[in-house]
Amino acid sequence: MSATDTQDPNRRDFLYVATGMAAVVGAGAFAWPFIDQMRPDASTLALASVEVDVASLTPGMSLIVKWRGKPVVVRNRTEQEMKDGEAVKLADLKDPIARNANLPADAPATDANRTTPGKEAWMVMVQVCTHLGCIPLGQEGDFGGWFCPCHGSQYDTAGRIRKGPAPENMAVPVFKFISDTKILIG
Amino acid sequence: MSEGHSTYTPKTGLGRWFDARMPLPRLVYDSFVAYPVPRNLNYAWTFGGILSIMLVAQILTGIVLAMHYTADTNLAFGSVEKIMRDVNSGWLLRYMHSNGASFFFVAVYIHIFRGLYYGSYKAPRELLWILGCIIYLLMMATGFMGYVLPWGQMSFWGATVITGFFSAIPLVGDWIQQLLLGGFAVDNPTLNRFFALHYLLPFMIAGVVVLHIWALHVVGQSNPTGIEVKSKTDTVAFTPYATIKDAFGMIVFLFFFAYFVFYLPNYLGHPDNYIVANPLKTPAHIVPEWYFLPFYAILRAITFNVGPINSKLGGVLCMFGAIVMLFLVPWLDTSKVRSAVYRPWYKLFFWLFVADAILLGWLGSQPAEGSYVFMAQMATLFYFAFFLIALPVLGLIETPRRLPNSITEAVLEKNKGGSGHPAGATAAPETKG
Repeated sequence: MSATDTQDPNRRDFLYVATGMAAVVGAGAFAWPFIDQMRPDASTLALASVEVDVASLTPGMSLIVKWRGKPVVVRNRTEQEMKDGEAVKLADLKDPIARNANLPADAPATDANRTTPGKEAWMVMVQVCTHLGCIPLGQEGDFGGWFCPCHGSQYDTAGRIRKGPAPENMAVPVFKFISDTKILIG
Repeated sequence: MSEGHSTYTPKTGLGRWFDARMPLPRLVYDSFVAYPVPRNLNYAWTFGGILSIMLVAQILTGIVLAMHYTADTNLAFGSVEKIMRDVNSGWLLRYMHSNGASFFFVAVYIHIFRGLYYGSYKAPRELLWILGCIIYLLMMATGFMGYVLPWGQMSFWGATVITGFFSAIPLVGDWIQQLLLGGFAVDNPTLNRFFALHYLLPFMIAGVVVLHIWALHVVGQSNPTGIEVKSKTDTVAFTPYATIKDAFGMIVFLFFFAYFVFYLPNYLGHPDNYIVANPLKTPAHIVPEWYFLPFYAILRAITFNVGPINSKLGGVLCMFGAIVMLFLVPWLDTSKVRSAVYRPWYKLFFWLFVADAILLGWLGSQPAEGSYVFMAQMATLFYFAFFLIALPVLGLIETPRRLPNSITEAVLEKNKGGSGHPAGATAAPETKG
């Protein structure tokens, strides 16, 4: 055969396709760093664990610490708040999943599953509304838990969404009691 | 009225030299001097020119403000206060810029409603309309990011709520939100990138404005009758007729603008934005800038789940859907008649829609509780019904009024009674349509 191959597909078609594909891969590789630089950087990602001393919290008191730029509430719940939380039937919940990072992803949102075993009085929770990220106000609203002033979402005493536009219960972060009065978050 | 029949003749030697090498003066002459415009344009048509000067004013004041501003969470709030107190004329430049954004939106809303009333989006002006919608989207992004820069409480919480929209997207939502924020919450990386983009986007707007005007000059302006230009007597030259009319419109508009800048500079803002951003405390009542309020009301109206779509995603979809409606208008409206002047039923629904948009705006400024939620749901329903039911159905069932045969005929008919103008007097191009 001569230098021009007329078979279909010929060598030239192959070269066109290969060149085109190389250009697409090249464009993608060139674009990636521009997208990649927007992601949270190393200093933001550095897992800032926070140690909180909760010795001064008597039942009915809360404190808020900043963790990963977000407020985390530590609340020593009252007897009444715990009773209210336990009385809620799972069927009444808008979001029946615990959203507790210390438990399996499908754990049901019982009052106990929102806390940690043996320390059921203590709520440790990212106090950020799951709707659009506002900070709900504590001990307000129809359910005695949290009320988000932005769009009217209402949470119960275990931080579970009960009413309003928010889709999920407020998140429980990874945490543990490292002593009777100290909590490690993260 | 397409380009191509240029009547430009350079008078000087330098003019001829230039014209043979780069005919920029010819382009300007053909676009803004000899360009024929319908003779019956009313003052609603001056807002294109008004928007152009507002864009230029925003870019000028913005560049100067950027010379004194610091995009750092620890310094931003203070640097804005420094502009207000220490920088020479800084207070004036900042008030011009912040109120300029509001008046930019005032003008763009009048411009959009004018297009809806007179059917300016219909063939062959669909692309012109869509380019306008893109400009509007870019304006919203620019306005939102600009509001974050002073790093006040409303800046911070507005940014938190609006970037929160993206977390509603299934599966990749959280990843996209972190990509936008550069972290897990609004913080220094967010402020830095918003500043960079707030500087960039106005120039992208200017680019799309060029395309918008290009498309306009290919298809020509619509007019209050909605009838296409048919003969030379239907038009007048851009200069002096449209130039002078636009200039007068601008002066009146700037009069209102100046009143706000000098006498009510903070009326359209929110007092909470003079409190430095605090990531641990949400203001009792978050409201976005006034020009986003109707969409904010739609977002909050969806408080219920619909099948697999939860209330949060539903609210975000409705809010973006409200803007998507604008893009679809050229194909949703089935009427062959452009102007609402000849469409009695459409005219009624148009004004109901205007009232609905204002009602939604007011509801967006109210707390999301009690009867406000129900009212917002009804107003949202009407908003979508206007686009998805009224526009397609009215075009099919409505009997339009008799259309004049030409723009000239419409103008002469109007002039017949009272004014005493001799019929056919072309010296009355300002006649309202």
